[in-house]
Amino acid sequence: MKRKDYNTLVQSKAPASKLLLNFCKAFLVGGLICTLGQILFEIYGKLGADEDNAKLITSISLILISAVLTALSLYDKIAKFGGAGTLVPITGFANAVVSPALDNKPEGKILGTGVQMFSIAGPVIVYGVLAANLYGLIYYILKVLKVM
Amino acid sequence: MAILLGRSIVYENAPMISFWGACVGKKEGEGPFAEKFDKVFEDTTLGKQAWEESESELIKNAAEIALAKGKWTWADIDCIFAGDLLSQCIASSYAFAGVGVNYCGLYGACSTMALALINAANLIECGAAARTLATTGSHFCSSERQFRFPLEYGNQRAPTAQWTVTGAGAAILESGKNHNCKDKVRIRAARFGEITDLGVTDANNMGAAMAPVSVRIGYIKERK
Repeated sequence: MKRKDYNTLVQSKAPASKLLLNFCKAFLVGGLICTLGQILFEIYGKLGADEDNAKLITSISLILISAVLTALSLYDKIAKFGGAGTLVPITGFANAVVSPALDNKPEGKILGTGVQMFSIAGPVIVYGVLAANLYGLIYYILKVLKVM
Repeated sequence: MAILLGRSIVYENAPMISFWGACVGKKEGEGPFAEKFDKVFEDTTLGKQAWEESESELIKNAAEIALAKGKWTWADIDCIFAGDLLSQCIASSYAFAGVGVNYCGLYGACSTMALALINAANLIECGAAARTLATTGSHFCSSERQFRFPLEYGNQRAPTAQWTVTGAGAAILESGKNHNCKDKVRIRAARFGEITDLGVTDANNMGAAMAPVSVRIGYIKERK
């Protein structure tokens, strides 16, 4: 059997993900997380924070909640149901940093927690910073050329 | 002695598996083979700090169960063939640290047990050992860390993804000659596979990556 034929066979036999159901679950869970964020934002606003500060504290609160839920082994259970709904919001990023930090604790504080903490989130940071720089450069050039 | 028949090793005296031991974690203990296991650990940490230590303890337990069934001590074993999924086969190395038996670490991933049994049988058949131990073990939690994602990370499992067993098995082999082999499983022939790569690169579908070699060596038939 040729390589191409075999891979076609494998793909035809592999069970597919239930896309529609997964979309709905992700929409529901992701939406709930965002709603929670909005509620927190409103509360902080009512407590006297201006808009910029309220946004900042909301993000920090969501990160804290996600980190605590990860440490209690609850976040992965929510993620099992919610899929991308728990991955995309800022809570997913917090989970990606806290989970390897916890998992590698037995290896020590520096070589375990310290080294491994960004093993999942690392690429996101690298390409995030790179994309931001590129965006800034293009923005600057356009400004110099008086296009914008 | 053993002879080579085609690509297969055929054992003249067919070494027998005298005794064996198997112990597993909670999930496996709830499965269809539950009653076949000698010991089920409800606490999958086995009272250890790191998952790698728990895995080590599983392997040690399986081996000691097999020894106890034969009423032997470590001094009765001539060589240990063991392996696991971790770097440097660290779980099995620590499991047998201090037992004072010659040890050979093997790495075959899914095939480690077969690899251990073939090596153990070879040593007995050539007369260099009277009694050998073949063993392997794995732990879901240590494998997740070694190969996949942290346990608390909220990733999704692909429908074809495998679940690494939390468990260990050990078999003690003796020569098929001059022993009562009645009701014992015997190793009559063995064959090593050959690397067969049909280009499956999906780490979540290991079954598809491993199947081609079984067809190549004639273990399973290719469907036309």
